Amino acid sequence: MYTVADLKKGLKIILDGDPYLVVAFDFVKPGKGQALYRTKMRNMINGSLLDRTYRSGESFEPASLEERTMEFLYKEGDHYTFMDQQTYEQVVMEEETLGDAKNYLLENLKAEVMLFGEKAIGISLPNFVNLRVTATEQWAKGDTSGNDSKPATVETGYVLRVPPFIEEGELIVIDTRTGEYSTRVKG
Amino acid sequence: MKSDALWLRAQIMKAVRDFFWERGFLEVETPLLIPANAPEEHINPVITTSSWQLQTSPEICMKRLLSAGHRKLFQISRCWRSDERGSRHLSEFTMLEWYCADCDYHTLMADCEELLQHVARTCRPENPFFEHKSATINPFAPWQRITVQEAFARFGDCEVWECLRTGLYEEKLTAVIEPALAGFAAPVILLDYPAELAALARVKPENSNLAERFELYVGGLELANGFSELNDPLEQRRRFEEANAARSRAGQSVLPVPEPFLDTLGSMPDSAGIALGLDRLVMLTAGADSIDDVVAFTPEEL
Repeated sequence: MYTVADLKKGLKIILDGDPYLVVAFDFVKPGKGQALYRTKMRNMINGSLLDRTYRSGESFEPASLEERTMEFLYKEGDHYTFMDQQTYEQVVMEEETLGDAKNYLLENLKAEVMLFGEKAIGISLPNFVNLRVTATEQWAKGDTSGNDSKPATVETGYVLRVPPFIEEGELIVIDTRTGEYSTRVKG
Repeated sequence: MKSDALWLRAQIMKAVRDFFWERGFLEVETPLLIPANAPEEHINPVITTSSWQLQTSPEICMKRLLSAGHRKLFQISRCWRSDERGSRHLSEFTMLEWYCADCDYHTLMADCEELLQHVARTCRPENPFFEHKSATINPFAPWQRITVQEAFARFGDCEVWECLRTGLYEEKLTAVIEPALAGFAAPVILLDYPAELAALARVKPENSNLAERFELYVGGLELANGFSELNDPLEQRRRFEEANAARSRAGQSVLPVPEPFLDTLGSMPDSAGIALGLDRLVMLTAGADSIDDVVAFTPEEL
């Protein structure tokens, strides 16, 4: 158990059953008064922020979170299944929890899955992924419209802006942190 | 950055010393390791393996010196309060305290005005103001004096006794009233605290529910706490016992009572004394928002 004296930025605790990350903390104590421990916390499952003030004597259950390398297996509806290659253990994540990460999930992609007990609550992807363009308009030579990018769909269904010279069937590199086109894979 | 703050800190120390020396105060050093502090409900001393304690304030020894006949005293010393750490708190910090015989809290309020003006003039001659969280505070502008009851009614929209009874006092004070005080262009003095919030202060002769205690705020930052001293040993013992009873109810350790202090308190003249957080004075002079920026090392760096 943690006490109020353990509170600091970065501490992970359980509140109403959910894991929370302390994102801001301050200790306040008016002269001759009782100490207050003021925190701002982020729910690690849904990202919502919470302000809570604690007093001396209160205690918290530590949230134990584990990050494991897992491989994306398949998608069924809005459920995504991952597997730990060492233990063959599988976890299912909902599309909502995945957020933008769903745009880059191709079968066999390896990602770091954050586990809270049995539950997968988040994922971190490699910074760059390679995906093939499945649909984009042909670049009309002599186009004077001044557009320096055009929309393209990649094999996961994700649509992004790419330079005009990119053609259907090409493999491109996408920065997963920004969701933007980075470069083209030659060859 | 930090090196500038350390130079400023040294200049402030010197300016403070000069201020009191020029006014005939005796600079003293009293022991830091003592058998007992004044027991208070919400202050936890650091207790050593020998069961003696590091001082939470030099108050006890300073008052014994008043009882012994010294009339004007000041001390700059380290104090320790267990588990206090935040952007304005360090478990080990530097306190300035001064005491004078035949004075009351009004004398101290006037001292505060002169001291802050002296520090601003000496340490920031080009720009003699204090800064805190993007506010500029002018110590030469007229200081506001607001009673605690008035501050709670005006800014907190609540009656102070009601807040105390419902346990909302600290929350209201720190979340609503202190931010309101940050809006003042000059330092503000909150005065006449409920008697239960002044364990060592004298109550007002005309109203025993209020103590002659004040707090100095600069830019919403609590800088000093001063009061007319209680010098009735029986009443003081009763308050120590009350503090210990409250600690016991809250599951906190019961603290030893400083008997030699109580033995001499009866011979202490009517006096007033004040404690000012020197690290915070450096913060205000440097315009630093965190106490970490004005000390050589924080505990986390050790």
